[in-house]
Amino acid sequence: MCGIVGLFLKDKTLEPQLGSMLTDMLITMTDRGPDSAGIAIYGDGDRNTEKLTVQSDTPDTSFDGLDTRLSDVLGVSVSIETKDTHAVLELPEGKIEAARDALAEIDGGIRVMSVGDIIEIYKEVGLPKDVAARFEVSKMSGSHGIGHTRMATESAVTTMGAHPFNTGSDQCLVHNGSLSNHNSLRRKLRREGVRIETENDSEVAAAYLTWKMQNGATLGEALQDSLDDLDGFFTFVVGTKDGFGVVRDPIACKPAVMAETDEYVAFGSEYRALVNLPGIEDARVWEPEPATVYFWNH
Amino acid sequence: MQTIDLEAEGLRHLNATLHAQSQETNQTAWEVINPRGSHAIACGLDAPIEVAVKGSTGYYCAGMNKQATVRVHGSAGPGVAENMMSGMVVIDGDASQYAGATGHGGTLVIKGNASSRCGISMKGIDIVVHGNVGHMSAFMAQSGNLVVCGDAGDALGDSIYEARLFVRGSVKSLGADCIEKEMRPEHLEILADLLEKGDCDAKPEEFKRYGSARKLYNFNIDNAY
Repeated sequence: MCGIVGLFLKDKTLEPQLGSMLTDMLITMTDRGPDSAGIAIYGDGDRNTEKLTVQSDTPDTSFDGLDTRLSDVLGVSVSIETKDTHAVLELPEGKIEAARDALAEIDGGIRVMSVGDIIEIYKEVGLPKDVAARFEVSKMSGSHGIGHTRMATESAVTTMGAHPFNTGSDQCLVHNGSLSNHNSLRRKLRREGVRIETENDSEVAAAYLTWKMQNGATLGEALQDSLDDLDGFFTFVVGTKDGFGVVRDPIACKPAVMAETDEYVAFGSEYRALVNLPGIEDARVWEPEPATVYFWNH
Repeated sequence: MQTIDLEAEGLRHLNATLHAQSQETNQTAWEVINPRGSHAIACGLDAPIEVAVKGSTGYYCAGMNKQATVRVHGSAGPGVAENMMSGMVVIDGDASQYAGATGHGGTLVIKGNASSRCGISMKGIDIVVHGNVGHMSAFMAQSGNLVVCGDAGDALGDSIYEARLFVRGSVKSLGADCIEKEMRPEHLEILADLLEKGDCDAKPEEFKRYGSARKLYNFNIDNAY
């Protein structure tokens, strides 16, 4: 069991409230996944820079002066904003891969949470309310976001095993379920040059979608193909820079409820997660069909 | 009318209060406000009372119901009226997966659509769905009636024993050992009664009947993998 929440805003005036709405939704899903929690926020971004969100178990030492050290190695300006165990590094475009290599040299304890123009992922072990509070998620604004509360089944309860998973620029995926062919698919994707960092099944699903999209598929096409290539139980919610998608396996035993109004599209593992959203009484509320791809774009 | 605010008073208080009602209670009308998708609302009731839930419910609403009438003025989450013994449960909106699962008796009416596995392993319950049902509905159904006024999804009645399935619309596919059967006068009579109980104005003549081919009852080596 795991809990998923997602919110894709159509009404820009709600953007300052994205973090607070998602936090409320996330906390209602605590009993579906009290092990760890995470959230991906698609916020603002400077057109000429990219964001690298990183984590360390020893943030005081790892992040102290990290911007200067990275700047020295890369020869470009780097800014850093620290939030608890996470830090968001902003670099000029095209420097992400070099920065990842440099980070591994500088401090092996630094792990990459997300990469992209606008995405920031915060995830940690602990109760959802504590995780959300540590990163002050409720103060964040953005156009869309996805949250996950984890009850681990397929890999250890660690920061790296928490969702969302980011395997390509501005992409993220959260998963409720379990995949049975993730080992063979991981080997195949690694041979194709896709970066996969953990033994977690859900990361493989994220990497699979990234690989499909790198090869020209749209988000919708990649999700459609996942129905053929992924074996197991899944309800996925995925985000891209300007898109938001949902797909469930053909058996569809992992729960899902969606709501749509003129202001937003919302996803919850249960209706409980949606009850505080504005105008939910009059929203179109439905259960996504099995083996059916849903996606929205800005 | 007794009103219980679920948000203020909590689930234990609600269910304990409803469980405390006896056969002779004169407090027969109850209203639950602020259900907000909570789990296990009005579960395990065993008294001739009427409970109106003013909103949508989460997992296992009205499970194991006996005698009581529970009406959800909204939609219901997974496992509504699971293992119902008697009484009546009415959902004004849609029902999520495995509605009425393993039900032994009573009537479950869903005014909207039901999703997958509606009536799975039903053992005597009557289920009337005004809309559609999802895949694997009436899987391993043993007894009772499932009435679907709309369409049925894939693998309807897979591995069915002896329940009667009535579908007015299309059936995407029939499951193993489920076949279309002749609609005889006695079936039309049963169906007319169920439609009336389910507050549904569809005509019995518009339905087709499905049931067991009884080919899985005994071991057959050709069925083995």
